Amino acid sequence: MTALLHFLLTHRAELLRLVEQHVALVLLSTGVAAVLGIPAGILAFRRPQLGGPLLFVANVAQTIPSLALFGFLLPLPFIGGVGPRTALVTLTLYALLPIVRTTVGGLKSLDPAVVEAGLAMGMTPRQLLLMVELPLALPSIVAGLRVATVIGVGTATIAAAIGAGGLGEYIFRGLSMVDSTTILAGAIPAAVLALAADGGLAWFEHRLRSRRASSFRVPALALAVTIALGAVLAWSMSRGSAGTNVVVGSKNFTEQVVLGELMAQAIEAEGLPVVRKLNLGGTFICDRALRSGDIDLYVEYTGTAATAVFHQDVLHDPRQAFEQVRELYARAGLTALEPLGFNNTFAILVRTGDARRLGLRTIDDLRAVAGEWTPGFGYEFIQRADGYPGLSKTYGLSFRTAPRAMDLSLMYRALGDGQVDVVAGDATSAQIDALDLTALDDNQRYFPPYDAVPIIRTSALLRHPGIGRAMARLVGHVTEREMRAMNRAVDLEHRDPAEVARQFLAGIK
Amino acid sequence: MPSSAVVQFDVAAFGYPKRLPVLSGLTLSVEPGEIVVLVGRSGAGKSTILKLVNRLILPTSGAVRVEGRDTREWDAIRLRRRIGYVLQDVGLFPHMSVEENVGLVPRLERWAVERTRERAHALLELVDLPPATFAARRPSELSGGQRQRVGVARALAVGPPILLMDEPFGALDPVTRVELQREFLRIQRQLGTSVILVTHDMSEAFALAGRIGVLDAGGLVICETPQQVAASHDPRVRVLLDTMSRPPESSTS
Repeated sequence: MTALLHFLLTHRAELLRLVEQHVALVLLSTGVAAVLGIPAGILAFRRPQLGGPLLFVANVAQTIPSLALFGFLLPLPFIGGVGPRTALVTLTLYALLPIVRTTVGGLKSLDPAVVEAGLAMGMTPRQLLLMVELPLALPSIVAGLRVATVIGVGTATIAAAIGAGGLGEYIFRGLSMVDSTTILAGAIPAAVLALAADGGLAWFEHRLRSRRASSFRVPALALAVTIALGAVLAWSMSRGSAGTNVVVGSKNFTEQVVLGELMAQAIEAEGLPVVRKLNLGGTFICDRALRSGDIDLYVEYTGTAATAVFHQDVLHDPRQAFEQVRELYARAGLTALEPLGFNNTFAILVRTGDARRLGLRTIDDLRAVAGEWTPGFGYEFIQRADGYPGLSKTYGLSFRTAPRAMDLSLMYRALGDGQVDVVAGDATSAQIDALDLTALDDNQRYFPPYDAVPIIRTSALLRHPGIGRAMARLVGHVTEREMRAMNRAVDLEHRDPAEVARQFLAGIK
Repeated sequence: MPSSAVVQFDVAAFGYPKRLPVLSGLTLSVEPGEIVVLVGRSGAGKSTILKLVNRLILPTSGAVRVEGRDTREWDAIRLRRRIGYVLQDVGLFPHMSVEENVGLVPRLERWAVERTRERAHALLELVDLPPATFAARRPSELSGGQRQRVGVARALAVGPPILLMDEPFGALDPVTRVELQREFLRIQRQLGTSVILVTHDMSEAFALAGRIGVLDAGGLVICETPQQVAASHDPRVRVLLDTMSRPPESSTS
């Protein structure tokens, strides 16, 4: 609890910016959804043959998981791309259903005598709608807005995965660092926002139901103000993110964020303005963003590029693998620079004490003790042909028991605590040093290379020669040991990635 | 047939496809200043007759003429603003004050604010709801009888020549009902409005009607003065007369 307070206090400025982004996302998307959804609801009510299909579409949109919806929208022109635009479209789609539904519901549940009286008094359909039907349905409509807003506050946290900002940034950062303080720093303010929005709108709804405000000029005005406020916030935030800036991206785990900071600061040192879009989702999102020009560069791993991006078999020789990937990227107008200097491959890890005592240096050495040992692997590693099955075959390993399947974040600790004796982890994990583990050499080159390589839009490289100079400082200078140290500084010592990167850059001049 | 009639049904029929007709050929004239009360059981087509007058529906055959002109030729909105309408469920707008409810049609007719206000207050006086007490209240703050009075005031707002009433006093306790009926008669005589009122209550018909029409199976059995109706030997009329707790007196006022 005190850790959380300390975090919130030391990150005040950033927290405020994230809250602002979050509020802007929700206000703008809910406002737009109201502007589209209320007329759609009226239309659905007036024309039931249209209303059925309309509600069906809104229902279907609601059932698409938000991350999948982000994925669908990313490659689309105008509405897609990395950043707040895609998030706004997605959030608006989610907000539509409750608004349309409660608008239709509110209009349908009106007292028929009241509607008949209006008609018999010679109201035109328009007058009936504006003077009778809408004012009476307003409390239901506001109830729908309330649901939409609360859903919006929750869904907006996921928007951080595609670079839209908001409190989700802390949640994703915390998840990748396995740090509950950071997760809570995002989750608790988001929950407070949701409760505040819910409470405020509930009060408004109650006021309307008590029938003291007969005119609906007030709610209409409130809606207009909401949209304007959201637009102003969004505009003020989007300023400066466009134009001639160099946009640096990264995936959503610690190492990537640190590398993003490293590149961003090195480019800034060349006098170029940089926009950071760090903590984007996974490989797919970063690759999309790079190709569409939403970001100019990020760091990819050769093995991942070959399999996940280009769907090719991986060559086991690191140099050949790199040349293959470089060739494929070049065809897409992207330049793969030389490897940074570390290979984030699978590492077969044992306790350093065991390694010393038994003289283990390579995976081959493991064969002698395997019969006594219990391995622990991630679910995916156990399943994939190029994971455990291939490993045991290549090295002729047969363990005492079948491997225990465990979550990646728990695996290191299980090894450190002696629950298992050998695991397959990340070569650059902060936990290797922290828990005093040793990586055994893959002397038969079973694991494909995952050399970290900056991928840059060739056009950006030509436009800004400074990027090339900045990258030349980094290429070949980030070793596995240094990467592990930086990961450790962030993950275990909870230091700011930007500060860790700055310190590293100062060391290499 | 040219006549002075304000409302005229000329063999007007109404029904839905593939169903028994709701109304099969109704012929009836309502003279200026007259109160015609139509009595019948539920489903006898009473409300249908009223909806034909203000063009909420059009006859499937025959014609309905208002002020000599076929309702098909009337602009529906113009027609409805010339016709007051009082429902059993009143249908007051719950989100408006009593004054706003009464002033609604004047507002639709774009009267000046001050004139609308004066008119609303005058009408509230007329139905015995002092504006000082009642103008600002919401319908939810009124008793059933008070709501019914507001409904009548609202229907009379622009001084319509015709008033349609659909069981207007049905949901009230007997004492309030009699009181309201008496007051309504006073107002009607004062304004000279032509009224078509439908009810299933024969006593109400005798209390208010200049002429009573008895409806059965989508048609008019008889449409005569209360005395003549009271003297009818038609079994369909006698059934209704027998429902009255007190036999009709020979004279109505």
